[in-house]
Amino acid sequence: MAEFTLAGTTLRQRTAEAADDERLRRSISKAVSRFADGREAMLGVIDDPDGMRRAARRVRHDVLAELPRVLDRFATNAMAAGAHVHWAADGVDANAYVVEVARRIGARTVVKGKSMATEETGMNHALEAAGCHVVETDLGEWIIQLADQTPSHIIAPAVHLDRYQVRDILQPVAGPDHPLGTEPEELAGFARVQLRAEFLRADLGISGCNMAVAETGSLVLVENEGNGRLSTTAPRVHIAVMGLERIVETWDQLDLFINLLARSGTGQHLSTYTNILTGPRRDDEGDGPDEIHIVILDNGRGDILGTEFHEILNCIRCGACLNVCPVYRQTGGHAYGWVYSGPIGAVLTPLLAGEHPEAAELANASTLCGACMDACPVSIPIQDMLLGLRRQKSADAGRVEKAGWSAWSSAWSRPLPYRASMKVMALGRPLGRFAHLAPGLKNWAAGRTPPTPAARSFTERWKAGEV
Amino acid sequence: MRVGLFITCVADLFEPDVAVATVRVLRAAGHEVVVPSGQTCCGQPAWNSGFADDAAKVARTTLDALAAADVEAIVAPAGSCTTMVRLFWPELFELAGDHVAAERARSLGTLLFELTEFLDRHGMPELAPAAEDVAYHHSCHMLRELRLEDAPERALAAAGCTQVEWSAAQRCCGFGGLFSFKLPETSESMADDKLTTLVDTGCSSLVAADSSCLMHLRGRAEHEGVKVKMRHIAQVLAERVPDQPKAG
Repeated sequence: MAEFTLAGTTLRQRTAEAADDERLRRSISKAVSRFADGREAMLGVIDDPDGMRRAARRVRHDVLAELPRVLDRFATNAMAAGAHVHWAADGVDANAYVVEVARRIGARTVVKGKSMATEETGMNHALEAAGCHVVETDLGEWIIQLADQTPSHIIAPAVHLDRYQVRDILQPVAGPDHPLGTEPEELAGFARVQLRAEFLRADLGISGCNMAVAETGSLVLVENEGNGRLSTTAPRVHIAVMGLERIVETWDQLDLFINLLARSGTGQHLSTYTNILTGPRRDDEGDGPDEIHIVILDNGRGDILGTEFHEILNCIRCGACLNVCPVYRQTGGHAYGWVYSGPIGAVLTPLLAGEHPEAAELANASTLCGACMDACPVSIPIQDMLLGLRRQKSADAGRVEKAGWSAWSSAWSRPLPYRASMKVMALGRPLGRFAHLAPGLKNWAAGRTPPTPAARSFTERWKAGEV
Repeated sequence: MRVGLFITCVADLFEPDVAVATVRVLRAAGHEVVVPSGQTCCGQPAWNSGFADDAAKVARTTLDALAAADVEAIVAPAGSCTTMVRLFWPELFELAGDHVAAERARSLGTLLFELTEFLDRHGMPELAPAAEDVAYHHSCHMLRELRLEDAPERALAAAGCTQVEWSAAQRCCGFGGLFSFKLPETSESMADDKLTTLVDTGCSSLVAADSSCLMHLRGRAEHEGVKVKMRHIAQVLAERVPDQPKAG
């Protein structure tokens, strides 16, 4: 873990602040509604979307079951195609390797395609510390890089900003003599001109990897702006950073995910660009880098293999779970506090950043409504995992919380004390035995009129023969 | 049919009228209703908070009570508690190391039905339909765990209710049990999202099949001064049972 942004804040503080920001909520709900509606429309034109999801889940399951072998096959074939492969145990290791390559080739300008894995390792800062000028080239990533922010959505990193805010962020780049408007086309046009110069200047391109294909040692990158293609082909050297789970064995398997990824994420049939990269430029080819490096990143993923949370590694990072999540809709991604947000972030953060106590409480960032699992193209049982994480966390709960649940279960597992506790509550004295609940009740009552316990419970009325 | 009522703690303590309405509707559909004694709660609050052993302790009491009842089916006026019993109890008891209870929970799960699910299978009572526009809140567990989307809508139709189009009908209300205590501001924001979109429909009558969601939305609406009439679906049906038997 190179960087961790949660320290010193609580989930409640962060979510409360976000939920109170009406402008933020407007930007988020507008965007996620558009994505989610698009997803439904796109899945609607497939004959058997559920069958496809089941098949995708099966493929992910099969690949993960043999992950070491599949990764080896990938590495062997990638090297045979001329790529260098580096196995990075953690973010520090990955950053060090990339910085070393940058040093060796004397890289001054580094262009980056969108990559969540490098967000995870804090690679930009490592490269900047080594003296490189690092430029994010995905429009959203560039905007948040200029604003010194982190991505608020897995596939749409600047989704929390409206066009007026984007104009304000880009204006300093344009300078006082070139006032920018707020039309998205104008802003994108401005970015295009700026970024084009960086592509031509860059010595090193860094990208993520949506999926690697073991049988040919290829990298597959999907994107909509062409910046991924330029980042991986214009500079002399290309480094791809892939989470070690982002792999399938065959092209037939890949077909399923290419079909599901854009449909589930942005509601497109297919993303505008699907880049397939196998080794560096051949002698008879006009484009492409002279060197390709592939960094296969573990960073905590290996520890998840074989645990009850194993299936989270099936994730293809489409963002569909964020787009349907009612919590994310109110808070956006920054409130989750780390790289991954939404339901997938609520599971991944405690698992990948578990050494930080602030990460564990992310498991509470859900009502367990299940919308995420319904939307997930590989049917990851996210709510079951959140429950599993809460069970893990309960083992470390404080004495007061444990004692509270123990008092509760001891009373409510016996009909007489159960009814007695109800009577106490019905008298409007919800404290006593449940005094530990008092702060929670206060939280509840601050924004909601608390329900009044009935004067006589149903059980009493039934026993009195009144029903 | 002889039917046992799983009251659920929320209805018992806060919404006894919902349980009374459930009894009325079941009787009107020709069933004999009994209330198995000794039942308390399904254990969901502790289960959702990660305290499986405490949840199992409470759930076992209710399991014993419901399983001992001499009935052909058990009905609960709550999709969430039905989900807890049918889907989570087996896992809960297995985790607690009680395989026998898990097996008993599995067979109980086949006997237990959410109210509209039961009526959909075994017949609606004769109702005197009264035309009314309502917005229906699909509660999460009922919709996405039990997959009960049509049954409550058919029950509403039988009652003469017309459902208004509501963009947030299937979105969580923000209750989430302890979630509403732990992240109260976000929870309120979620409730506001439900209420503002509801007001936008022009309909001021909300119906749901889970008292806990209604309790949450009602609490928020009262606090914010939003005027919405909120009823449990059992109450909507019971209002339309002709010649309502007098209480007692």
